[in-house]
Amino acid sequence: MGKISQSSLAQLSLTRLREFYRQPEAVFWVYFFPLLMVVALGIAFRNKPVEIITVDAVSSPAAVALAEDLAGDPRIVFKQFGEYDCKERLRTGRSDLYLNRASGRVDYFFDPTRPGSVVARDTVDNLLQRAAGRVDPVISANQEMTETGGRYIDFLVPGLIGMGLMGGGLWGVGYAIVDMRIRKLLKRFLATPMRKTDFLMAVMASRLVFMIPEMILLVIFSHYAFGVEVHGSWWVIVFLVLLGALQFSGIGLLVASRAKTLESVSGLMNLTMLPMWTLSGIFFSYERFPEVMQPFIKLLPLTPLIDALRAVMLEGAGLMMLGSQILTMAVWGVVSFSLALYWFRWTD
Amino acid sequence: MKQAIYCRNLVKVYPGKPPVEAVRGVDLEIEVGECFGVLGPNGAGKTTTIEILEGLLPATSGDVEVLGRTWRDAGSEIRQNIGVSLQETRLSERISVRETLTLFRSFYKQGLTVAECLEQVSLTEKKNSWVKKLSGGQKQRLAVATAIIGDPDLLFLDEPTTGLDPASRRELWDIIRSFRERGKTIMLTTHYMEEAERLCDRVAVFDRGKVIALGTPRELIASLGAEHVIEFSAANTRGDTQSIPAQQLPWLSDLPTVDHVDSLGDQIRLTVEQPHMVLTELMNRLAEQRLQMTSLTTRHASLEDVFVSLTGRQLSGTSDSEN
Repeated sequence: MGKISQSSLAQLSLTRLREFYRQPEAVFWVYFFPLLMVVALGIAFRNKPVEIITVDAVSSPAAVALAEDLAGDPRIVFKQFGEYDCKERLRTGRSDLYLNRASGRVDYFFDPTRPGSVVARDTVDNLLQRAAGRVDPVISANQEMTETGGRYIDFLVPGLIGMGLMGGGLWGVGYAIVDMRIRKLLKRFLATPMRKTDFLMAVMASRLVFMIPEMILLVIFSHYAFGVEVHGSWWVIVFLVLLGALQFSGIGLLVASRAKTLESVSGLMNLTMLPMWTLSGIFFSYERFPEVMQPFIKLLPLTPLIDALRAVMLEGAGLMMLGSQILTMAVWGVVSFSLALYWFRWTD
Repeated sequence: MKQAIYCRNLVKVYPGKPPVEAVRGVDLEIEVGECFGVLGPNGAGKTTTIEILEGLLPATSGDVEVLGRTWRDAGSEIRQNIGVSLQETRLSERISVRETLTLFRSFYKQGLTVAECLEQVSLTEKKNSWVKKLSGGQKQRLAVATAIIGDPDLLFLDEPTTGLDPASRRELWDIIRSFRERGKTIMLTTHYMEEAERLCDRVAVFDRGKVIALGTPRELIASLGAEHVIEFSAANTRGDTQSIPAQQLPWLSDLPTVDHVDSLGDQIRLTVEQPHMVLTELMNRLAEQRLQMTSLTTRHASLEDVFVSLTGRQLSGTSDSEN
């Protein structure tokens, strides 16, 4: 017998890997779902400049002249309707703005809480003022910044990697543990001389093995599909992915350490992930949240991971610059693993 | 060596409102090389007792020694030397038989090779099949294989044949017997009488958390005082669904060689020494009273009858245990 067949850690990890890749639907969800998400979000946020401004006007003889004034801006789609229809279209989001020109003045109707609506109002107002003869006293010119690294998709991909590691770690580990507990397999293992740390480490190790290719695939895909660049070192990315997978599988073990049913572990898992989904800056920067919340947000396990990934991918940061993030994640990993080992319920 | 298993005054109370006394003072001594059966209906405390002995559950009180050692002092040593098959463990379905055994083998310092183990449970041909493709009997044999792969001195089997067809059950009995023939000790629970009678050197009958009888199957049956059982029912007319209760036939216990009279639902059960003498007389008496016999069976007394005579209830029957 070889070394591998004698090592419980290796055998337990192999078993987990086999269980995973022999289940094609699980492979699909783990490997393709994050890619689908990048494709969908990438397409949705790719070309922001060609955003269309839909402007309506209440039909009147004066409105015909408006069409000519607004024709200078290709983004504007201009239509005329009765007043009631104009109002309905604005209310239901089919237009950004409508205007009513009567007796020498223009009334703008728009929703000040909708960014598109506000932009439409200012754009249209500028065009009308200039058409009416306004001269701008300051000479201005536009320099467009659409270099790679500064686009939304560049910001988004590190966030999605972080989210994928969180979901994969928690679901992959938590679900598997509770399933084994329900099947009394944990109790069966307890009845052998198996070392408990071997088992828990194998669950984490097998997770890492799934996650690394998944995340590398994601980065490569977003490079070829959307031109997302990695400015820093790939080895640092791999290291961060490993560390992230490690801390989230540790947290997964902890969340699942006592749960007896799949329903209860699902609830606990969502409860654990909810603050990170909203606060950790997957889709937008967490600096938008109030100052008092910032220290708390930075302590959540997902925040340092995404911050570090962004620093490496967007700014080319090296390991030395990521000390605090790496430390936070390592502490989460070690503490959650140790607590899980202590709390773990082997019997039903 | 001392006994394989020694336990004295074992008590297990599950906390709750009200607390459940699952095991209420059990004493057991199992010798090395013995196949020991724990017999009893569901809820008698069999599984709780065996799981305490397996070190999976803490006892509320009492002394337990397994292979001469206590769980507290030598837990990991005991683990290396016992094999366990639990009730209804579901092994991973997409893992092959060989992979499953390799995994379990890796937990033990020494033991059988996977090939030897496959041979002993007759699963060599199935070694590359996934667990999900195995029949119920093959799954159960694999469960036993995971218990013997560490070449244990003591094997615990909790209801190893429950739910299996007779052929699969016999295959498992052969595996258990050949294990015992190598001088090893086995403790198994079952609620099949036949299993206990055929496999076990000694049997403890459990009921409501206590041992109510202990001995070889032969001794226990002999304790009935008679070795045959006649079961019959009688009615006023043939086709009458209303059976005559035993109380209306007070002369039954006076029939020659009758030891016991029990009522079980519609049936009247007589434990007797000489069935041929009883039957002739029984027929005559019934005819005198113009009663019809509506059913009749005779057989050797079994452990089932021991349980009935001790508790007045059937062990595995449906008559009152499931009400």
